[in-house]
Formats: sequence, C-alpha cells, structure tokens
Amino acid sequence: MVDISAAPPAPTDTTSDALVELRGVDKHFGALHVLQHIDLTVRRGEVVVIIGPSGSGKSTLCRTINRLETIDSGTIALDGVPLPAEGRALARLRADVGMVFQSFNLFAHMTVLQNVVLGQVKAKGVKPSAAKKIAIDLLDRVGVRDQADKLPAQLSGGQQQRVAIARALAMQPKVMLFDEPTSALDPEMINEVLDVMVGLARDGMTMIVVTHEMGFARKAANRVVFMDGGQIVEEADPETFFTAPKSDRARDFLSKILTH
Amino acid sequence: MDDGFLQQYLSLFDEFDVLAAFWVNIQLTFFAGILALILGTLLATMRISPVPSLRWAGSTYVTLLRNTPLTIIMVFCVLGLWGQLGITLSPDFTTNFFRLAVVGLTVYHAAFVCEALRSGVNTVPVGQAEAARAIGLSFWPAARLVILPQAFRGSVAPLGNVLIALTKNSTVAAAASVAEASSLMRTMIEFRPDVIVAIFLTFALGFVLIVVPIGLATTSFSRRLTVAR
Ligand SMILES: Nc1ncnc2c1ncn2[C@@H]1O[C@H](COP(=O)(O)OP(=O)(O)OP(=O)(O)O)[C@@H](O)[C@H]1O
Ligand SMILES: [Mg+2]
Repeated sequence: MVDISAAPPAPTDTTSDALVELRGVDKHFGALHVLQHIDLTVRRGEVVVIIGPSGSGKSTLCRTINRLETIDSGTIALDGVPLPAEGRALARLRADVGMVFQSFNLFAHMTVLQNVVLGQVKAKGVKPSAAKKIAIDLLDRVGVRDQADKLPAQLSGGQQQRVAIARALAMQPKVMLFDEPTSALDPEMINEVLDVMVGLARDGMTMIVVTHEMGFARKAANRVVFMDGGQIVEEADPETFFTAPKSDRARDFLSKILTH
Repeated sequence: MDDGFLQQYLSLFDEFDVLAAFWVNIQLTFFAGILALILGTLLATMRISPVPSLRWAGSTYVTLLRNTPLTIIMVFCVLGLWGQLGITLSPDFTTNFFRLAVVGLTVYHAAFVCEALRSGVNTVPVGQAEAARAIGLSFWPAARLVILPQAFRGSVAPLGNVLIALTKNSTVAAAASVAEASSLMRTMIEFRPDVIVAIFLTFALGFVLIVVPIGLATTSFSRRLTVAR
C-alpha cells in the first residue's frame, strides 16, 4: 500500500473504514493481462480518481467492482462482503454500486422519469408512487427536473449524463463508479456534469472516477491513482501527483496530456 | 370478357363460399400468429439467456423447425399427434383439425419469430443491458423491461415478413384437412374447369388483398416505433 496519510482531506484510518477493497486482482482478456495483481482500498466517503493512458485497464478495473467483468483471481469486497458470484445476491450488490457510463446508456424507450424509477421499483421493491417522488427530487438535484417526461434522445449529452447520475443515485448506492463520464460530451457540457459530481463528493459520496479532468481531480479527489499497463503505478493526493509525480511513466503521461 | 363469361364467373360465388374459406385462413393466421409470437419470444429469450442449456435448447429448436418443410410438420400434426398419439384438441372433428393446423403453423413460425427477434436484439446496444444490470436488475427483468421492448421495436419489419409468410403458409393447413382457401380452390377447379384461370386469379388476388395491407402496416409501424438513440 502506498502511504496516503499526507493527503489532508483523506481519513487516516486505512482498514476499518474500507468500503471497496481489491486484493491481488488479476484479469486476462485472452493473452492480454489487463489487470495485474491490483490492490486498492477505497474508504467510505473517499473520492478516488483513476487516471492513465488508453488501454491501461481503467475501465476494466471499474467494471470489475460491480462485476460487469469477472476476475481471474484475487478478491473484491464491498463493505467487508466479498462480491457474490451470480444470481440474486449479485443483483442486490449491483444495486449498491452505482455506475455511470461514458455513453450514458439511458434506457432509450423510456422517459427520463421512468429511467430513474425503474430500478427502484423492480430491483428494490420501492412503491411506484414513492419511487416517483424520489426520482423527481433527484432530477431536481441534477438540474433536469423539467425534462422528466422527455425521451433520452431529446436531451443534450450533458442532460443525459445528469439523468444517468440520478438513475444511479436512485438506488441509494454505497459507492458510485464513473467511467469517463464527460469524455463523450461537447466541451460546453462538461462542466454541468462535473459540477454535479463535485456536489456529490462534497455530500460525502464514495466515488471512483476514471477521468482525465484534472480540474475535477484537484477540486474533489482525495487521491489520484495512476494506472499503466494493467498496474497501479503510483498513488498520491492530487496536488502531489500533478505537480511532483514520482514515476517516470506518470511524468511521461502527464507531459502528454498537459501539452496538447 | 363477354357477358356470358362474367355470369359464369359470378355464379361461382353462389356455388362456393369463397369468403368463408378465406376467413378460415385469416383465423389460422390470427391464432397461429399470436401463439408463434409468444413461443418465439420465449425461444428468443432462451437464446440470449446466460444459461447454456437454455441457449442450446433454443437454438436446437430453431435449427430443427426452420429446416423442416411446413407440409411435413403439418402432416405430422395430423397423422402423428392425432392419428398415432391420439391427441385431440377438440371433440368436434373440424375444430380438432383446425387446432392441429394452428399447432403446426405455430411451432414452425415460432422459429422464424425467434430469429426476427434476435435480429431486433442485435439492434439494442450492449450498454442497455449493462445499464440494466448495473441498477440491479437480474437477467429476466432486464430482458423483459429493457431489452425485449426495444428488440420488438427493432424487429417490426422482420416480424411483418414472418406474418406475411404465415398468411400465405396458412394454405398448407389443407394438408391437415382444413377446408381453407387453397383447398376450396382445388375443389372449384375440379368442378368448374371452364373458368380455371379466373378461379386461380381470384384466389391469388384474395391473398394479395390480405397481405399487402400487412406489409404497409408493418412498414409504417416500424418507422413509427423506431427507438431514437
Ligand atoms: N471485452 C474485451 N475483450 C478483449 N479485450 C478487451 C476487452 N475490453 C477491453 N479489452 C482490452 O483490455 C485493455 C484495457 O482496456 P480498458 O478498456 O480497461 O482500458 P482503459 O484504460 O479504460 O482505456 P481507455 O482510456 O481507452 O478507455 C485494452 O487493451 C483493451 O483493448
Ligand atoms: Mg476506458
């Protein structure tokens, strides 16, 4: 484990408060070793930004945490409980892990409101009337309440992504995963999504965010995890990572994303 | 066409109940269509399910039924199910044969419905299934609430083609001794060889009149129901 006690906003307790815990996680795609013995602990309320070159395994890492990808060896535990293999227990776990995708993935045949209601009613058994109320509150919170009766295709990318965040929040997840939530957006819409995410972070949501938005990392992250070639190469608080990266690979990567 | 011919031709409709015969085809198509849609949806769900044995059963069914001539299935339904195994679907003789024919049409066209739906499933991006799983829906609810509704919309056009084929194939029910349009046509030709071409054209036109609106309706449905992405 890398010592992260230098990061001022991060809680110092490293064990008892662990919410997401990956131990020795390995994953192959055929001959490709995409995740190589990953150890990562994310504490309750912590915001971790994962950064790294294309193909380094960031998305795969994210997806293993709600088991959209299986792993070959190692363990992943959520709130102290190892991820169940299949079936109902897995579905219940997935409800505890919110996921926001790069391509939004709103249910295209349903209205915005139905998108946010569906999981509550069908996966958690919330009464439709209560679910609708929660959904409207959440849409209000992400600033798209007035779009509730539209279909996703009628919304801008930024609005769709905010709905996707509301849909994930509606399940009252313990942790939220974001896989490049702003990289499919036009530049003028990036901030409206990031603002929502910063708000979530302020409210104490545990978040794992794959993003190259350094502004977000600086503003909201407790820790930056740098991945390359399927490994975690370096972890540090955002300020340290961006101003004084320790590894050559991180320095090399940062010089590329900073100078274009 | 001289006057005598026209009268001869029109007298056909007094002698034979052509509309009633076509009505049988419409009923066969209606019942077999609904049942094939249900069975085909079940098969398509099996074929996309995460359970290997269900997938295997689904694809075996489709391969077997799709590659067997309908006439043979129809004859089996009568001689096999009823003749050999003694399965009766109604105490009334005519109704029994009608129902056996519906079974034959259903099991055959369900295979095609399944394939049409699978092509519709392929129009649904994988992200939709992933998002459904990510909010905690397990396979069946995700299929029922997210994947299949979009797959149906994406497969209206191929489903329309199956319905058109079913309408025309309903004439094969003649092989199950059901008195429908094509069997009436054969009888009429036998008794009135004087107007053989006119009889043939009448029945051909009858099917065109049933099938063309189905094609137009499914094309317009398909356009209207397309899921905007
Ligand atoms: N389903 C898959 N089958 C085979 N290989 C895959 C699959 N998904 C990802 N990969 C490969 O695994 C490697 C890691 O992919 P991953 O998507 O995790 O990278 P990433 O860090 O998210 O990259 P990017 O920044 O481009 O999104 C890549 O080389 C990719 O081609
Ligand atoms: Mg990625």
